[in-house]
Amino acid sequence: MREDAIEGARTKVGAIYRSDSRRVLATLIRLLGDFELAEEALHDAFAAALEQWPRDGLPASPRAWLVSTGRFKAIDKLRRASRFDPLDEPAEQLESQIDESASQAVYEEIVEDDRLRLIFTCCHPALSPDAQVALTLREVCGLTTEEIASAFLTGATTLAQRIVRAKAKIREAHIPYEVPSQNELPERLEAVLWVVYLVFNEGYSASSGGALTRADLSAEAIRLGRLLTLLLPEPEISGLLALMLLQESRRAARTSPGGELVLLEDQDRTRWNEEQIAEGLALVKNTLASGRAGPYTLQAAIAAVHARADTMAATDWSEIVKLYELLERLQPSPVIELNRAVALAMRDGPAAGLALVDAILARGELADYHLAHAARADFCRRLGRTAEAQADYRRALELVKQEPERRFLQRRLAELSG
Amino acid sequence: MKYLCLVYLDEKRLPEVPDAECVAFDAGLRANGRCLASEALQSVHTATTVRIRNNRVSVTDGPFAETKEQLAGFYMIEARDLNEAIQIAAKIPPARVGSIEVRPIRPIRETVAAEQARQKH
Repeated sequence: MREDAIEGARTKVGAIYRSDSRRVLATLIRLLGDFELAEEALHDAFAAALEQWPRDGLPASPRAWLVSTGRFKAIDKLRRASRFDPLDEPAEQLESQIDESASQAVYEEIVEDDRLRLIFTCCHPALSPDAQVALTLREVCGLTTEEIASAFLTGATTLAQRIVRAKAKIREAHIPYEVPSQNELPERLEAVLWVVYLVFNEGYSASSGGALTRADLSAEAIRLGRLLTLLLPEPEISGLLALMLLQESRRAARTSPGGELVLLEDQDRTRWNEEQIAEGLALVKNTLASGRAGPYTLQAAIAAVHARADTMAATDWSEIVKLYELLERLQPSPVIELNRAVALAMRDGPAAGLALVDAILARGELADYHLAHAARADFCRRLGRTAEAQADYRRALELVKQEPERRFLQRRLAELSG
Repeated sequence: MKYLCLVYLDEKRLPEVPDAECVAFDAGLRANGRCLASEALQSVHTATTVRIRNNRVSVTDGPFAETKEQLAGFYMIEARDLNEAIQIAAKIPPARVGSIEVRPIRPIRETVAAEQARQKH
């Protein structure tokens, strides 16, 4: 019986680690003012829980217990380290910072904000994009350095160094641990959403290498998106979450059993994930209704048009062309224009698409982008201009980096030659 | 927290940032106590690089490194944290045509003094 109780308490510690360790870490970083110190404190707090909870029973509020235990362990460590250093009194400073009079409601609010503080700090624009991604996955999502390294096909040592350097910059350059003020929020949120979407895309279509998708990263990005929608009521967060869910819904249909890329037009739509589509569609509807649709929301709206169509032909291409036009107005980009060219070709025929792609290429843009040449090749193929199509597929093949995409282009080229 | 804001720009574009505007910005920054020191520099053509090699002083014409943008001046500022330093740096007039490198100051005197005190004990 007693053995069971001990085992139960141990299991509980494990469960709380999985559900709450990131929150406890976020609060400890604020209290201790240092990432490394907070991570050690987190580790010490859970070690103490493993020792004490089976013996003394679970505390009334495990999370608060972990925070205060971690903080005391850290202060204790600092005090021992600075015993012979009269000039350095971080332990005393730390103790005086704690406001014991704060009410429970205020405390809860501050603690909820800690998770946002952590996200905004990890995604600070003064850190390199690579470091933002690595730090977010490590600190906010709790992935191990090895997991992140293998997901990004980087050496674990390189990745560990990247994280160490980022933490050193946060400490030495005094990047503040705070949620940006209202007037800074839009720009800073953009950086956060960009990191989340980058993680998603790395998982959805690996930028290089053999595996087309790395599902874990996408799942992690969706989890992050969900967390953000809970923490901040901003329409673009819901827009991004919707976009990720709608793209993720096609995962199973996107690759053949042999690992080949399956284009949208050839996908078996019965294999799309209905649950994710339903959630995505509802989010798009609410977000568009807010009247503050940003670029992510518009991209989600485009994905939603596809999700609602039973076949490629039944797709509302006029709506998609219109949405791309809105998107271009918000965010002028030749890649979005290229996407509009593809939609235009579906609505008005390949000649219309070809005219737009040629206009983009004539401006000297996207010359090194394989998808621009692949799109042009496809339009020429459909127009029966075979020689041109072959030349464009060859150009795309020179530029493509991802193995399944290369095989797809080679198949298309072979079909034309056959 | 002290930061050094190094102002870099292509010297050919210097006329696009009027001196009077820079001086007015500087006066404002000094008035609110944010500016600890600031100067504009003579052209990079006046630069001299000094090294000691093989116990001999070596003097050469020109800057340490030839770059597209040259160091044109600096501001030593006092800011709460990097975010505030970035906000101040963004208002330095040459930021429009060049770039501002924001570097936190390393408290070298404090570090050395603490180390010496530790050794005495």
